[in-house]
Amino acid sequence: MTDAVSQPDQPETLVGGDAPANGGDLFSKFDPLIKMRADLLSTGVTDPFGLVMERVVSPTVAICNGRETILLGTYNYMGMTFDPDVIAAGKQALDDFGSGTTGSRVLNGTYAGHKAVEEALCDFYDMKHAMVFSTGYQANLGIISTIAGKGDYIVLDIDSHASIWDGCKMGDAEVVPFKHNDIEAMEKRLKRIPEGAGKLVVLEGVYSMLGDIAPLKEMIAVAKKHGAMVLVDEAHSMGFIGPNGRGVAEEQGCLEDVDFVIGTFSKSVGTVGGFCVSNHPKFEIMRLVCRPYVFTASLPPSVVATATTSIRKLMTAADKRAHLWESSRTLHKGLTDAGFQLGTTEPQSAIISVIMPDLERGAMMWEALLREGLYVNLARPPATPANMTLLRCSLCAEHTAQQVQQIIGMFTRAGQAVGIIG
Amino acid sequence: MDRAETSARIAGLIEPFNKKGIEVTDATRFTDDLEFDSLTVMDFVAAIEDEFDIIISMNQQAEIETYGQLVDAVVRLQG
Repeated sequence: MTDAVSQPDQPETLVGGDAPANGGDLFSKFDPLIKMRADLLSTGVTDPFGLVMERVVSPTVAICNGRETILLGTYNYMGMTFDPDVIAAGKQALDDFGSGTTGSRVLNGTYAGHKAVEEALCDFYDMKHAMVFSTGYQANLGIISTIAGKGDYIVLDIDSHASIWDGCKMGDAEVVPFKHNDIEAMEKRLKRIPEGAGKLVVLEGVYSMLGDIAPLKEMIAVAKKHGAMVLVDEAHSMGFIGPNGRGVAEEQGCLEDVDFVIGTFSKSVGTVGGFCVSNHPKFEIMRLVCRPYVFTASLPPSVVATATTSIRKLMTAADKRAHLWESSRTLHKGLTDAGFQLGTTEPQSAIISVIMPDLERGAMMWEALLREGLYVNLARPPATPANMTLLRCSLCAEHTAQQVQQIIGMFTRAGQAVGIIG
Repeated sequence: MDRAETSARIAGLIEPFNKKGIEVTDATRFTDDLEFDSLTVMDFVAAIEDEFDIIISMNQQAEIETYGQLVDAVVRLQG
């Protein structure tokens, strides 16, 4: 799922305060944030959250501030955004079905293309049911808030994505977080849940801040032992982790024990949209009871057509997968050898997270890289685990070996200029 | 376990998290007085949950602002 990086994933409560004293302006609660941004920008630093892609040349190159820039922070893992077959399918659907559906999936918004993309997902995951949402955020929001109701318990990793937290908040279940990837902490909480209560364990395959994976096999075994249903968000693994690109659960041989897989079209698939796939025999009822599915317009025909074509091509993308892993290993080793501290000691995904000593030098490094012609994601407290400042790099299968070497060179020069490495 | 004993055990657990050594009373607020951030809250709650073998869900945590409210909640959750 997409990371906004300037606010925490876990929702904060901003208190309104004294209305008469601030003239009744409901925006007063944002004053500290407005001041923080103004202070940062007054130092002359480029706004890290205001970048404009003026022209996009390919999945790995865009023009930013008039300069050709290598893209290393787009989650476009499989580089499908400019695939000629994908683009042709989208153009054809625009001609045949128009620009939008103007309706809910349960009214006038289900076209042949929506059924086709759900069939493609069933084939891709070898599962019985697939339900497509307008975004990945809505997929988590909708499924979690609908299946875990009052009196049920949701046990989730503390580093979960905002869409998971918001799904928890929207439902009425009791929400019980545990320390990141800590199997024992998870089990202790499952044990303490009152007998007879419904239990949902929510995990992610790849955690996008540090690019680390979850020990899903062990965690799911524990969850099942305690009678919990399991939902796994595989947004950052689809297409390249696992023998068929089905994600971390497939890689670890436990996909059949996952009750619900959540995914997105906005990363490896290369467009926008979200989904849930499941083998649950009653799954289809979700289409009538899941409010973020019912009360919004369905995806445009061109989007579902591009997604269908992309998903079907990802089923046979073994060569691209192998190349992406090669790039991930090369970049991980190159940055480690250059002296950077990374989020994982081994490359575990297509995300390589570079840990910055502090926010100030992180922002300087981000800007120095942009001047070199490299775009990465700046992630900073409070969005990050342990309040770290991170430069997150997400590789694309279309990055050439030469580009990866160029990237290592850019990091090395910028790191020396900012004084982060020797 | 009565309130006094529960309070004494929680007082022991809070010490490593009370970095500035602030005097803790029933009225002490976790965010404003003890300056707990979300990571500290998670670790502190986990310590209490393990000590008393209870769950304090986030829904329940949202209702707890002061030390006194926490002690009351733990007494209640022990049944």
